[in-house]
Amino acid sequence: MPTLTQDLKARLGIFESDADQVYGLLAEFPDPGALLHAAEAVRKEGYDHFDTHSPFPIHGMDEAMGLGNAVGVGFFTFGGGVTGFAAAYLLQWWTAAVDYPLNISGKPFFAVEPSVPIMFELTVLFAAFGAVAGMLLLNGLPRPYNPLFYSERFKGASDDRFFLHVAASDDQFDVENTAAFLQRLGARHIELVKDDGPADA
Amino acid sequence: METSEKQLPADPSEPPPTGDGEPDRERLVKGDLSFHDITEMVSRHAEKKAPMAWYAAFAVAFSGTLLLLALFAYVVWNGIGVWGNNQPVGWGWPIVNFVFWVGIGHAGTLISAILYLFRQHWRTAINRAAEAMTLFAVICALIWPTFHVGRVWAIYWTLPIPNQMAMWPQFKSPLLWDVFAVSSYFLVSLIFWYVGLVPDLATLRDRAKNFWRQRILAFFALGWTGSNRHWRNYEKAYLLLAGLATPLVLSVHSVVSFDFAVSVLPGWHTTIFPPYFVAGAIFSGFAMVVTLMVITREIYGLKNVITIDHLEKMNIIILVTGTIVGFAYITEFFMAWYSGVQYEQYAFINRAFGPYAWAYWIMMTCNLITPQLFWFKKLRRSIPVMFVLSIFVNIGMWFERFVITITSLHRDFLPSSWGYFTATWIDIGTLVGSFGLFLTLFLLFLRFVPMVAMAEVKGIMPQADPHFHEHEGNGHVEGDGEPYIKPAEPALAEAYRGDGAGEEETST
Repeated sequence: MPTLTQDLKARLGIFESDADQVYGLLAEFPDPGALLHAAEAVRKEGYDHFDTHSPFPIHGMDEAMGLGNAVGVGFFTFGGGVTGFAAAYLLQWWTAAVDYPLNISGKPFFAVEPSVPIMFELTVLFAAFGAVAGMLLLNGLPRPYNPLFYSERFKGASDDRFFLHVAASDDQFDVENTAAFLQRLGARHIELVKDDGPADA
Repeated sequence: METSEKQLPADPSEPPPTGDGEPDRERLVKGDLSFHDITEMVSRHAEKKAPMAWYAAFAVAFSGTLLLLALFAYVVWNGIGVWGNNQPVGWGWPIVNFVFWVGIGHAGTLISAILYLFRQHWRTAINRAAEAMTLFAVICALIWPTFHVGRVWAIYWTLPIPNQMAMWPQFKSPLLWDVFAVSSYFLVSLIFWYVGLVPDLATLRDRAKNFWRQRILAFFALGWTGSNRHWRNYEKAYLLLAGLATPLVLSVHSVVSFDFAVSVLPGWHTTIFPPYFVAGAIFSGFAMVVTLMVITREIYGLKNVITIDHLEKMNIIILVTGTIVGFAYITEFFMAWYSGVQYEQYAFINRAFGPYAWAYWIMMTCNLITPQLFWFKKLRRSIPVMFVLSIFVNIGMWFERFVITITSLHRDFLPSSWGYFTATWIDIGTLVGSFGLFLTLFLLFLRFVPMVAMAEVKGIMPQADPHFHEHEGNGHVEGDGEPYIKPAEPALAEAYRGDGAGEEETST
């Protein structure tokens, strides 16, 4: 039974290898459509720790994998935006009205109107930082070591190949049964990926 | 992996193989290209030796950069009086050049953000290069105000950094808004560009043969594996960045226009400035994209990806924004007359018929008349015509900033302080040098970074649609317990195997 941490990490696409250092099975499918249907079948079969790898996002894959809408990034973005807005407001108010008040033709030390451009700019800037930071955090990136990099074929995942990876940490994972299942789904090549650690041996 | 018999030509200026049959207007990537062909067509330029034309261009551009460095050293050493600015024209060429370059820097983020939100899939072919161009143009813009402050070593005073003088920047000043607007724009454009680049850097990493090349690319690719769990958050973040960058790109030139519009000077103090500046910025930015893309697609053999249809669409945007700009020129005149203010009226009559009439009419010719030629389909689909016109547009847009900045200043309120601004050789040299810097950075980009967003282009190809191959079925028999993919009618499958979507005749 995977622990809560393992499940959370699996959501980021980080899976733990089993006692035999088996990371999982990597099945290659011929085209995006086949991968989509395979992912759907794998999910319906009850697998949870699996992922697909493709050179571009495949339309409908989130539903096929049962992932739902990516709301997390939105929260980070919103948080960033609020931070930026508050920072801009406080910065302009505190510097102009508290720490270094300058009387310029009797105008108020601080007013909202001339502060709007910088509030806007910093809101957008920090929201953008939030979006990217949130995306990286929720994806578990940067991740320099990934056992999948041991697979030569997997280099094609950023070119023109479509992979489905069923992780060994899944409850239902069984090297032979899972491989046979993937074969039936139409995988054109299946390989066992071992997690031999990041050291170059 | 499907290995196709066809080979990409070794010489990139040769056109790649095209499919049979009539070219399909709706199809963005022309020819019979596979995903791997796209990877190959784009990646090889970042991997192999550059073509001779690249070295020639780089030599010229880099000389320009050196000229810029030398002249800026001269400017810093002697003070900014070596430029032509003096009373009454305190904002000479440096500010003209600043506004010009910021304007150029608007097309990239417009293409990547606004066209993304409008689901304009044709943007994928040009967005990477246009965004890079944006970054380089903003760098070229920022050098001008940085040195124009005179004491460049004190430029950090514009940032709210606690200091021993216990002073803070003056946030009521539009010039300070500009610091924040342009630097925020630069940072957001940079991360937007980098986020878009990550999957393509992973592609280069996976293709790398050399140990260090692979390590360096792996560092920047952040361990990207094309995982769908990652794509999901990635696409969301990209969408949000597009949504954020859209108001940002419109705000930047608005804030730049506040530098002028918030002052009380005839010719500057008008409410039309923000939208008029933004339209002008998009106008000049797209013209620069057209100028550079026409050359790039030719030399790097990307004619099937950056097609004539893409260029035509950009020319239509140039036509639209150029018409807005032309309309704004006329509106300005109308408003000056309608205001009934003597000084305002004089400023505009002086613009068109005063000592700078030559600059004004260059601007009017280039910006009002040139884009109108794109009403003709033949002209907007002709490479030589669009190349020449795009250069004219940018000449016109440089003169627009010249006219706005210089003519409004050279006749002060008192005739005793009137003057005539003349550029010095340092002005000319630094402007030429800034083009050198811009092109140097752009050429380095072409050499080391995938110049087309491969992942995005693959995603809009017809075979990226998960239902594309379904028309052929997957070989299983329905009801044998296996996931069954229904084959489509043979006619439909045939149409898909041909030169692309043939839905219209088979959809019944």
